[in-house]
Amino acid sequence: MSQEAMSRHLPRAAELGLIGCHVCGQVCRAVDADGDIQACPRCGSTLHRRKPAAYTRTWALLIAGFLMYIPANVLPIMRTASLGDIDDNTILSGVVELWVKGSPGLAVIVFCASIMVPMLKFLALGTLLISCRSGSNWARRQRAKLYRLVELVGYWSMLDVFVVALLTALVRFGYFSLVEPLPGVVFFGLTVVLTMFASMCFDPRLIWDGKEDSDD
Amino acid sequence: MEGARQHIKPTPHRPRGGGICENQWMDLSPPDALDETATQPLLICEHCDTVHRRGPLAKGEVAECARCGAVLERCRGMGANALLALILTALVVFVQATLWPIVTLGLNGQYVDATLWDVIHTMWLDHSQVVAVLAALTLFVFPLCKIFMLGWLLLYARSGRRAPGFRRLMVALHHLGPWTMSEVFVLGALVSIVKAHLYFDVLPDPGIYAYAGLMLLITLFAGVDLTRLWDETRGESP
Repeated sequence: MSQEAMSRHLPRAAELGLIGCHVCGQVCRAVDADGDIQACPRCGSTLHRRKPAAYTRTWALLIAGFLMYIPANVLPIMRTASLGDIDDNTILSGVVELWVKGSPGLAVIVFCASIMVPMLKFLALGTLLISCRSGSNWARRQRAKLYRLVELVGYWSMLDVFVVALLTALVRFGYFSLVEPLPGVVFFGLTVVLTMFASMCFDPRLIWDGKEDSDD
Repeated sequence: MEGARQHIKPTPHRPRGGGICENQWMDLSPPDALDETATQPLLICEHCDTVHRRGPLAKGEVAECARCGAVLERCRGMGANALLALILTALVVFVQATLWPIVTLGLNGQYVDATLWDVIHTMWLDHSQVVAVLAALTLFVFPLCKIFMLGWLLLYARSGRRAPGFRRLMVALHHLGPWTMSEVFVLGALVSIVKAHLYFDVLPDPGIYAYAGLMLLITLFAGVDLTRLWDETRGESP
């Protein structure tokens, strides 16, 4: 039996009148005697079947993150001044410089963390939001995996922000050499934080709601 | 209707079937009436809401969700004592990583070094207060909170007890989640060194070694499933 076919009959918490606590994992009855959803008896957190307003919040944070991402890429993130020679670096030009002069291996890592990971987050979360809204049963396991990947790699985008911060603190040789942070790095930091919040607000259970897998 | 299927995979991918009778979940007592200290018989996948029967896990085994493939729970190979020892090591290393300079740059006989706090301070002065606050939180405040909270919980968990404030600390630890970024900073330091090496003399300082140690400890801790502390401890949880 294929994984997909096998999973068809697995009972879900909502069908059994149960709720799993988001915080501590405690299995709780969905409603108490009065028919109200209560707090988790073990950790005291509010229980909910799905994260509240998942679509609205995720969309809002994702769009905000994207708006920050534009200046983060267009504006320079770092200024290098040496002997009156001023050089402004964007995220992409930093990667190129590392590739040409330093180590290509590290350039690939920085490229993944600073450019691929944010793009992955926008595309993946956007796809998940649209496909879940329509209740699609397309590639559910793969989409679930995609969400877990986004959660796992999300915070590594902070890499470039820390590089700029460390270089600014280290390169302080007055007229001879100086590194300054430029506004792009602030926007980039905000992009990372906003997209991290966006992926936290999304509820992967929504992938499995909607249309049942076809029975045949 | 079929019952919840147990689907346990030992670390290499061979599914080891659980011979679980169908419809067994029907016989279970109402979950909200469960004695809080008893091991829960059910487990709900936090990624897809599928209800599973909980099976015993051997050391190093991982239970995966049969529907979505997410990790349900993992059995760490280490007891509370070993974890506490690791946390104390992490505290020592973290203090060193924070206090000691990370690297020194040299140019024409002039030398500049920087500690983590110099990094945060310069960003604050250089009109990037947002970055300074982010760095201070994710590289100093949150990791330190995590170390102290875990240390406190494990100190009591050694004897199977719940520390004062157990409930609140466990909730706080859950919310800290991905907001500790020391490992990203280590990679950032590496990239900075390679970039700086083009123009300056780079001399490693003790801080970078402390960070390397911290990175190892973080990797060890990545496989630890903290929610198990709820089941492994008993007592008041104010």
